[in-house]
Amino acid sequence: MILTLPLFLQAFMDGLIMGGIYALVAIGLTLIFGVMEIVNFTQGDFLMIAMYTSFFLHLLLKLDPYLSIFISTPLLFIFGIIIYRIFIRPIVTSILNGALVTIGLSLIFQNSALLLFSADYRLLEVSYSSVKITLGPVVIGIQYLIAFVICFTMTISLYKLLQSTRLGLFIKAAAEDRVAAMLVGVNVEKVYMYSFAIGVASLGIVGPLLAPIYYTTPTIGTLFNIKAFVIVVLGGMGSIIGAMIGGLTIGVVETIGSVFLPGSLSPLISFVAFIIILLFKPKGLFGERQI
Amino acid sequence: MTSRNFVIVLSISLLSLLIYPLLVTDRYILHVSIIVMLSAYLACSWNILGGYVGQYSLGHAAFFGVGAYTSTLLFMHWGLSPWIGLLTGACIATFLGLFVGFLCFRYGVKGPYFLLLSLAFSEIFYIVAVNVEFTRGEIGITIPFRGGSFASFQYAQKWPYFYTISAMLVVAVLLTFFISRSKLGYFFVAVRESESAAQAMGVNVMTYKLIAAGVSAFMTSIGGTFYAQYIMYINPSSIIGLHVSIDMLVYSIVGGLGTVFGPALGAFLLVPIAVAMRGWLGGSFIGVHLIIYGAILIVVIIFIPEGLMGIRQALKLGSGSIFRRGAKRFGHALNLKKKFSDRIS
Repeated sequence: MILTLPLFLQAFMDGLIMGGIYALVAIGLTLIFGVMEIVNFTQGDFLMIAMYTSFFLHLLLKLDPYLSIFISTPLLFIFGIIIYRIFIRPIVTSILNGALVTIGLSLIFQNSALLLFSADYRLLEVSYSSVKITLGPVVIGIQYLIAFVICFTMTISLYKLLQSTRLGLFIKAAAEDRVAAMLVGVNVEKVYMYSFAIGVASLGIVGPLLAPIYYTTPTIGTLFNIKAFVIVVLGGMGSIIGAMIGGLTIGVVETIGSVFLPGSLSPLISFVAFIIILLFKPKGLFGERQI
Repeated sequence: MTSRNFVIVLSISLLSLLIYPLLVTDRYILHVSIIVMLSAYLACSWNILGGYVGQYSLGHAAFFGVGAYTSTLLFMHWGLSPWIGLLTGACIATFLGLFVGFLCFRYGVKGPYFLLLSLAFSEIFYIVAVNVEFTRGEIGITIPFRGGSFASFQYAQKWPYFYTISAMLVVAVLLTFFISRSKLGYFFVAVRESESAAQAMGVNVMTYKLIAAGVSAFMTSIGGTFYAQYIMYINPSSIIGLHVSIDMLVYSIVGGLGTVFGPALGAFLLVPIAVAMRGWLGGSFIGVHLIIYGAILIVVIIFIPEGLMGIRQALKLGSGSIFRRGAKRFGHALNLKKKFSDRIS
């Protein structure tokens, strides 16, 4: 396909918006990795849970997806704490066991969802879903714009939280050096719990934003998880700014790639980039662990 | 296990495998048995790299897929015997295993990063297989039946398949046994336990990791060819799907990593559960057994990290109850205070 300028701009804009959403998914992952060194294979499935929550709240209670953020976020925060206390705490000292336990959790969540909700593709349809905003040659759906704005704001707030609050300081200390943090009186166990819960709760924000855009399926988690891994590796494991830039990059590269590549080949770009970065620049493009 | 015990166990297993198809004539049960044996064989193959050298891979589905697709495509397009396809596929898979292994090991990718990289590797294969014309994408390929004979690796009955896969499993177990008894096996374990210590002792870490990757890929690919010839239908999601790799990993970990019989034991235990679940809930819930697998995987990792073979060992030792240790681990795992004060003092 010939890439004209308007087409390029449209693809670029779409990519930027998707990238903003990817970034927030990836930030949860990078926070959890940066603080407790757990490669969390369940991250995408928490997103799936948030999406189903918002979908069913809309279906049953006619609740607007943007309002259901206020339900799904605390819900996932508590869920994150429970999961942390039962499953993550016993294995938090081993990085490989962390990965394996979260793979197990992912199998449970995904297939339970399959059992409960079937493999049907569900799209949350809101009355204003056909509203479009025209910016010069670029057309953006209103729900995409809202998603991008909220995700971007949340990313910045999360960054601020880590930079300028006491909890953020504790989290940074625990990520930097467990033992030293402990010695100066940081309750590392609690910090771990909260970081895990925050990492999971951030998906409580993304889920309702995605539900009107993406089809909700039990396996949506895998798709987003793999993308989040790519972004996190690109930006450096544990780096929030890295995840942001990585998210935007992957979003843009993927949408522009999908214009060129036939069929469903465009994820190939992400995977190849992923392998190359993991091999040659394992600390990411911006260094690692700068929480 | 001493060599004498091993010979006894082996001869009993061989005898029962020989008699089994004569006693069991029900086609369905025989079918399930074949799938169980194949899973055990695949877990054994995975175990060589994952269990003995400690490189957990989530990319073995790619090798499985290479085996299945190579033999099938050669058969469909050039009419070559699946036996030639089997060897060709195994060689290609070995080459790929060595190539990916070399890249990973050369650039120090290990632990969870190896898990991620191997996952990405098999996903690339999946995407290509879905999109490329000659694999017919997700529609898949049905292998035509051209008369049951040894030469065409196709049989009308189930029992020849059963004997084939039994032979494969026995060879795999024997190979694992000899590896575990040989110098090679000791080098493998040395690399797994501590790479730097092994290196310091003069073990060429790279070579042994590559040997394991190559052998593991070779064996997995043969399993793929067998699957294609047995089911006679292949498509990307059933062959190169992530669940193929996860199955191998779960069977090995549950049975006991780095043991001779562990992976097979894991498969013997778990596959019937999966089959029963599917039979119970019907075909529409394809992944239901994976809920059980996930739960078992978590329980095993938290409570009995040595797997089922570890339980046996613990029983032999007597009072050192593995469950108690697991429970302790569960309770105090993050007793960082103690842990770190130990380290400091």
